[in-house]
Amino acid sequence: MTMHTLSVLVENKPGVLARVSGLFSRRGFNIDSLAVGETENPDVSRITIVVNAESSPLEQVTKQLNKLVNVLKIVELDPQVSVARELLLVKVRADRSARTQVLETVNLFRARVVDVAPDTLTIEATGTPDKLDALLRDLEPFGIKEMVQSGLVAIGRGSRSITAGPALRAA
Amino acid sequence: MTRPTPETLAHTARRARAATEPAGDVDSTAARGAATPAVPAVRTPAPAQVSGAGSLVRSLEALGVDVVFGIPGGAILPAYDPLYDSTVRHILVRHEQGAGHAATGYAQATGKVGVCIATSGPGATNLVTPIADAYMDSVAMVAITGQVARPSIGTDAFQEADIQGITLPITKHNFLVQTPEEIPRVLAEAFHLASTGRPGPVLVDIPKDVLQASTTFAWPPTLDLPGYRPTLHPHGKQIREAARLMAGARRPVLYVGGGVLKAGATEGLRRLAELTGIPVVTTLMALGAFPDSHPQHLGMPGMHGTVAAVYGLQKADLIVALGARFDDRVTGKLDSFAPDATVVHADIDPAEIGKNRHADVPIVGDAQHVIDELIAAVTVERSAGHGGDLGDWWTQLDDLRNRYPLGYDEPADGTLSPQYVIKRLGEIAGPDAIYVAGVGQHQMWASQFISYEKPHTWLNSGGLGTMGYAVPAAMGAKVGRPDTVVWAVDGDGCFQMTNQELATCALEGIPVKIAVINNGNLGMVRQWQTLFYNERYSNTDLGTHKHRIPDFVKLAEALGCVGLRCENADDVDKTIAAAMEINDAPVVIDFVVGKDAMVWPMVAAGTSNDEIMFARGVRPAFDEDDI
Repeated sequence: MTMHTLSVLVENKPGVLARVSGLFSRRGFNIDSLAVGETENPDVSRITIVVNAESSPLEQVTKQLNKLVNVLKIVELDPQVSVARELLLVKVRADRSARTQVLETVNLFRARVVDVAPDTLTIEATGTPDKLDALLRDLEPFGIKEMVQSGLVAIGRGSRSITAGPALRAA
Repeated sequence: MTRPTPETLAHTARRARAATEPAGDVDSTAARGAATPAVPAVRTPAPAQVSGAGSLVRSLEALGVDVVFGIPGGAILPAYDPLYDSTVRHILVRHEQGAGHAATGYAQATGKVGVCIATSGPGATNLVTPIADAYMDSVAMVAITGQVARPSIGTDAFQEADIQGITLPITKHNFLVQTPEEIPRVLAEAFHLASTGRPGPVLVDIPKDVLQASTTFAWPPTLDLPGYRPTLHPHGKQIREAARLMAGARRPVLYVGGGVLKAGATEGLRRLAELTGIPVVTTLMALGAFPDSHPQHLGMPGMHGTVAAVYGLQKADLIVALGARFDDRVTGKLDSFAPDATVVHADIDPAEIGKNRHADVPIVGDAQHVIDELIAAVTVERSAGHGGDLGDWWTQLDDLRNRYPLGYDEPADGTLSPQYVIKRLGEIAGPDAIYVAGVGQHQMWASQFISYEKPHTWLNSGGLGTMGYAVPAAMGAKVGRPDTVVWAVDGDGCFQMTNQELATCALEGIPVKIAVINNGNLGMVRQWQTLFYNERYSNTDLGTHKHRIPDFVKLAEALGCVGLRCENADDVDKTIAAAMEINDAPVVIDFVVGKDAMVWPMVAAGTSNDEIMFARGVRPAFDEDDI
């Protein structure tokens, strides 16, 4: 099993996310991460899905996704030639004695402190899932009170871009 | 006789409207059916102020719809008012499930889109089974449902059900209409989606206040489906590769599925088969796509297929699948299916290709285009002198056909043989009649012992296996093709699920004929109990023999039909003949048959096709060296 990142361009209409996510669960796939947002074209949303699967069942689910009427395009992003990022917000126990050490870790990972309380710091970090895992590992000993993570967003490197293409413009 | 006639019972208002037409309801439907094209009619009436409901009904008219099956209720009620004055005939069914299967039967018999209507909540959820059925069998159906008014959506309002959410996995697409302005476009899109590419059911859910609101109706609308682009024309390179394989194969088989019927490619299929001399098998969904009597036809493959068809696929070196999906009932245990075969898989749905069995040559396209282009490419191969000698292959297959023909034993207890009844029905009603089956033993016998010579003469629930399909589907088929004799072959279990639609048939002048193969049991389940559960018959005796409850003859009469009964072989022909004579009312024949007959051959579920049993305890004697 390997991680695959699918970039799915869909019509920006109500219920489309339910169609896409429902199809994954129905066909027995577990979505590891999911991120949805508008694109450069307000009629088009982009869903980035990370799924852990063998290649051949993944091809089947991609074909099924393509059959959804609201799905415009599906591209699997190769990690070698794409940039992928997640956003992490984490609340760490940091009283006076630990604060300097926590801030050192924050700087090391080029993360930022976004909120301060007498006994905690809230840290914002973006990066690849690997980098964020490493940051969390380093923060763990101080005591993680709460954390929240976004889905992965990814984009291909270079000047080529994924767009809905002429099909949408024609309509 | 006190049975009602369509003349006495037809709706007075409808009578008044039909008075200017040449004949009664059924004939006038035919007249409208002939006059209206299957594709959306291109008409451009001036934009008009109407209600959302008016817009809905005018859209249906503009789309060439001649009949809809449905039941009114609170949320859909606004639509029934303009429908009252419409050229669209509404057939009032007794249960929404009946409306759904009737729409399916209509679509399968005519090739047009079948339409059903229901209200919100329970009306809509009662359509779920026929929608799932149409999805599995790729039937062009549009279901229109009322929804609670927009401000009430999500409040658990009276008769509210999220039918869009419920039907997500069982529709090709579905819509929740948000504004009255979009009604014509959504309807046009629904019909387009349902009937093009791989056909399938489309649901249109319309809130009551959208139906009531005032709007402008203009036709034709512009479709907005940027993500929908079915591939119709196959790739030339793949076609040439397939033709090359067909020319070089020693043991090829054409594996034909329902897609060939849906594409209207049966004539082409015959030319392709005769050009190449390749044996043909037709799946349960494809019966009639290739004449049963054709010498190249090996029969149906799969769980209850012929020995020749099952072994033909199993031992093939090349399988050319046309509009078929390698369903588990065809392949048996997948990893031992056709181990030596190279697979050419042509289907209009790319997701079917490689889903169950790896395709060596994938071809995405409409079966008609695929077959036409295969004919051209095969002709090129043959003129270049390529083309295998299939003599040895045919010798082996003919030997199997001769040794293991379809057949049955007369019941030892002297009861009436169900297979005999069905065989005689096929012989007497002939190849022009439409046969509609329920699900179970009678369905398999009807697939085996009736000879299908023409397309769209065999309707059944193949994928979902919906008991209760036959009566309403036969009703829909008869409405669509009123001049054709329509026989439902039903079981006593199935018949008790949906027979109330016979009241609809009696009142609406839809003279279907129903052969109830009454073995007093849930026969197929009982067969499995016999074979796999040590003859422990848990809950399969329906009491229709022991107690004659219900009495199907009395039931038929109560529903406004003619009821007949036949209990021995000598009466079979004359009872069928009597039913064939009655054309002004539905007829039900209660064929009281033995309970122990079984469907053979059989590949037990989950086992390899190599394990096919010709009869109980009889495996085909098969010389492995021959094949």
